[in-house]
Amino acid sequence: MFLGWSLGANDASNVFGTAVGSRMLRFRTAAIICCIFVVLGAVISGAGASHTLGKLGAVNAVAGAFVVAFSAAISVYLMTLARYPVSTSQAIVGAIIGWNLFTGSPTDSNALSKIVITWIACPILSGIIAVISYKIISFFILKRKIHMFKLDEMTRYGLVLMGAFGAFALGANNIANVVGVFLPVSPFTEIELFGGFCVSPAQQLFFLGSLAIAVGVVTYSRRVMDTVGSGIFKLSPVMALVAVWAHSVVLFLFASQQLEQLLLDLGLPTLPLVPVSSSQAIVGAVVGMGLLKGRHNIRWRTVGGIAGSWITTPIFACLISFICLFILQNVFQQTVYLP
Amino acid sequence: MSFVSIFKNRTGIEKEIDSFLNLASESGLIFNQGIDAFLGNNIDAFSEHLSHVVETEKEADTLRLSIEDLLYRKTLIPESRGDVLELIERMDALLGRFKGVLFRIEIERPDIKPQFHDGLKNLSDCVIQAVESTTLSLRSYFKDISQATNHIHKIAFWETEADKASTSLQKAIFNNHELGLDLKMQLRDLVRSIDKIADHAEDLGDTLAIYVIKRSL
Repeated sequence: MFLGWSLGANDASNVFGTAVGSRMLRFRTAAIICCIFVVLGAVISGAGASHTLGKLGAVNAVAGAFVVAFSAAISVYLMTLARYPVSTSQAIVGAIIGWNLFTGSPTDSNALSKIVITWIACPILSGIIAVISYKIISFFILKRKIHMFKLDEMTRYGLVLMGAFGAFALGANNIANVVGVFLPVSPFTEIELFGGFCVSPAQQLFFLGSLAIAVGVVTYSRRVMDTVGSGIFKLSPVMALVAVWAHSVVLFLFASQQLEQLLLDLGLPTLPLVPVSSSQAIVGAVVGMGLLKGRHNIRWRTVGGIAGSWITTPIFACLISFICLFILQNVFQQTVYLP
Repeated sequence: MSFVSIFKNRTGIEKEIDSFLNLASESGLIFNQGIDAFLGNNIDAFSEHLSHVVETEKEADTLRLSIEDLLYRKTLIPESRGDVLELIERMDALLGRFKGVLFRIEIERPDIKPQFHDGLKNLSDCVIQAVESTTLSLRSYFKDISQATNHIHKIAFWETEADKASTSLQKAIFNNHELGLDLKMQLRDLVRSIDKIADHAEDLGDTLAIYVIKRSL
């Protein structure tokens, strides 16, 4: 729950930070839309990315899973305090590796390399999508001679739609970070609702996790929203819209099982279904557009700080996880793994 | 605030800005007619044009207040709100200057000799063209930003023409030995106050040029 809250507090800023930062949407409106769609995304489409995380390290005891989630949450929380949009994905991967190291379990190098490659690919891909989309949109705006106020209206609608899509993609992709480690040790059983509609144990976990995300969004996401919205590069509302779009597309690409199936059916290469970092996606998009407008517009100091936090977060989470597992096992005599 | 109300406000403000710019354009034309009427010694027509300018200015003031109110209360165009507000206020100030010059003529009733009529009409035409180009630039800023620079360029052109007309008119006034110094100075002040309108239009154009860069995609 704490990790979910941290993710909500930190990653909601990726979805709506640009809209709130450019003052196109009120924080309250953004928070409500974000909460609803994060829950929907997690419950409907959250399974895809969870599988890859499971492969990385199957945390097989409740106490161990707790520590892993707690370590990731602490890392994200500390970075949130410092106002950096960090990656919950990185934190949880770091924490799982900490568990693997502590328990002597092998780390699936294939799954790990898949995840680490997406950490590099994600901001680059997001930046490229943002630049291309921005070029197309500005061409359209100039060609159609859209009135300033009409454009303002269209941008607001766009931000709501893209924000909803982004929140859905965030829920679908990042719920794995919050409850993925608990999947093997889930105490839930399948529930049948009215009309024979079944809710699987995983979906119940996803729902709980997404509720925690929603609470994080409402209570603590405002500060990071400001950093994303105006800290890196002063975004115009149209740029804000494009940034959210690029971020959402990238998250969706790495979370959608349906898309993977479609690509498979067409005989095309598929993208790995891994929990990518929404923070990296949005920062990649913002920096991409900043570069398009000229490098000098970007506050490189802030970008450097954010990129630095991407390197320190997984290491930090790994260390905390290792130390906490040690304390929990040796001081509190808890079973943190089943041999 | 619901999106339906945002939409209503937006169509409302689009119309209001259009009407405001129409009034700015109209004021220039009335001003020109007022000068013509005064030079033609048609004082009744002049007074009529003066009251028309006063009415237009009052209407523009009401529109300006309503635009400001909508912009701020409904948080429209948050990133350009301050810029738009400044442009509208400065355009309104230009309208005030038309009224000011006509009032000056009404109060002072200067004795303008026929040999200065053409020079004064020419100056007035240049000033009106400068203001008209400003109005067109502003319309482009709202509707078709790629065209704004073309119109801004014309403001500078007409301002230079107004300067030339004003200088040659002042020279002509001071080279005339039939006029007393008091009348010369009175006419010089009148010419300067008309020329000032073009100067202010150019200042507005310069500010607008920066805002166009800010908004350019």
